[in-house]
Amino acid sequence: MSEIHLTGRAASPGLAIGPVAVLTAAVARRTATGDPAQEATTLKAAIEGATAEIVKLISTLEGEVAAILEFQIAMLEDDALAEGAYDAISAGVTADHAWRSALDAEIAGYRSAEDEYFRARAADLVDIRDRVLARLSGADTAAKITGGSIVAGDDISPSTFLAADWTRGGAIALAAGSPSSHVAMLARARGAPMVVGLGPLSWIGPPPALALVDGDAGIVIFDPEPETRRLFEHRMAAANAAQTAADAGRLEPACTADGQRVAVLLNVAAPEDLADLDPAICDGIGLVRTEFLFEASHGLPDEDTQYAVYRRILDWAKGRPVTVRTLDAGGDKPIAGLTVDGESNPFLGLRGIRLSLARPEVFRVQLRALSRAAVHGALKVMLPMIAVPSEFDRASAMLDAEFTALRAEGIACARPPLGIMVEVPAAALRAEDFGAAFYSIGSNDLTQYTMAAARDVGAVADLNDTGNPAVLALIARTVEAGRKRGVEVSLCGDAAADIHLTTPLLATGLTTLSVSPIAVARLKAAIAKVRS
Amino acid sequence: MHDANASPAAETYVPLTASAVLVNPVGLHARPSVKLTQCAKGFAAKIELALAADGPWTDAKSPVKVMRVKAPQGATLHFRVTGPDAEAALAVMLALVHDGFGEA
Repeated sequence: MSEIHLTGRAASPGLAIGPVAVLTAAVARRTATGDPAQEATTLKAAIEGATAEIVKLISTLEGEVAAILEFQIAMLEDDALAEGAYDAISAGVTADHAWRSALDAEIAGYRSAEDEYFRARAADLVDIRDRVLARLSGADTAAKITGGSIVAGDDISPSTFLAADWTRGGAIALAAGSPSSHVAMLARARGAPMVVGLGPLSWIGPPPALALVDGDAGIVIFDPEPETRRLFEHRMAAANAAQTAADAGRLEPACTADGQRVAVLLNVAAPEDLADLDPAICDGIGLVRTEFLFEASHGLPDEDTQYAVYRRILDWAKGRPVTVRTLDAGGDKPIAGLTVDGESNPFLGLRGIRLSLARPEVFRVQLRALSRAAVHGALKVMLPMIAVPSEFDRASAMLDAEFTALRAEGIACARPPLGIMVEVPAAALRAEDFGAAFYSIGSNDLTQYTMAAARDVGAVADLNDTGNPAVLALIARTVEAGRKRGVEVSLCGDAAADIHLTTPLLATGLTTLSVSPIAVARLKAAIAKVRS
Repeated sequence: MHDANASPAAETYVPLTASAVLVNPVGLHARPSVKLTQCAKGFAAKIELALAADGPWTDAKSPVKVMRVKAPQGATLHFRVTGPDAEAALAVMLALVHDGFGEA
């Protein structure tokens, strides 16, 4: 059996290894009374019973966890929640069917919300639904999960999470789910690694026995090969030792053992990533991915929507530099109505800047929104997938045109510095040929294009190594081009967060690394140990 | 089902209206909704909210209905309050929104 390598979104940091516990949807079975009045009474009792159950659970909890359950109580105590169910019961529907349909309609409303936060509340409604259904069928509530397991399923309810013992390790791997869900908050509070959005968890034959969860990178490996497992366990041991030491230095600026200052920036996939985060932990934001703006099903985002989001991130940064990457669609990030379907090799197709230049009407809106936001902070704009200087020049001319047009309209704006992401080997080899204001090395794509090996193909995963001398040579060459031209060079791929690569990366001359917020403490601790 | 808002006396009062912008980070989400409805239930007046000045209006005493509005950050929340203690109720609602429900 070969290992199954899945990539999703990191929702709670940390590494875990353990046996797989597959969550299965509980099926409620009960015998209906056939009498609408009695069915209504039964439902009322079940709702009251479920409420009492949560009240009892709250008394053992405090803070954020208690607040999550108080929300469930407020919903259960509101007659509006069961209104539809009682109507259906009086029309002859059984209590459990009536309740399920009413709640499913409510849940569908949350799932279709534009805002990720509201979408994430669907899990709370599912929890409420299942608690009441369990009481209706007289079954035990939340399924018991053995401590130390890797819980795999579509989504997990706060009740199920709270019923498990997380003091003995374990982690969560979800096909759906959201980093904004209450369960994700709980997982972060309890230190349980969690990855969401893995896509369908389908396997041939029996479910996998063992799984590795990397809550930092958002990766789950089912049924790992012995070598994969050995390397992972090695990383876990190192991570555990490092974490304790690292947490202390999170707010301190990063310095190597010889006193060389290293700027640590953040990678941000959505503004929600910055919630509850102190800007003092970083020297700025090295990468704001803008694909999230285009993910919703309601068409492309307009200029004002984009402007509001960029401005919010600049406000958060309080004057620290913020680098926003223009839309990087295509490749493994398709967007309905924008990217091209059916390319034989999407990674070598119409993606990144190529797509933006092919769809100027979409690109212009983003450039206008960015120019308007630029007056609110130290904004920089970065172009993805640049291969030749003419691409940079065309995008630069478009930015100039939008800036000039805005100024002519009397709208507050500024022309942000325009840089390139160095991720195509051609750009790394000839970086000095580009008129870019800065270079940011995208190590994920640079590695896969240099080594001709994809990250998600297990059989060639060992070739996909940023530490390979060929990849490091391209990085060093880009750093040298930046030094010659007097422009900043940073690295914003996953390699920046891999502390085994900190020494070789700094040896290329890099002094700026950009990582996801959860990796900051660990990276700063790793930098402190580097001696040149 | 009884409804405090169905008081016939409410009809004799003139509705008071006002609006405020949601400033807390994720809009009128779970905790703010619970806080707002709990405060609203403390008043006899009929309290409604909406995302537009002309409705549709939502019962501000029902957390289920308030959550259905899915009001995001930056949205303008309109209030319409009718009843004997309408003025006090409106002031409390606006203060809650202005203060970001104590979490901004």
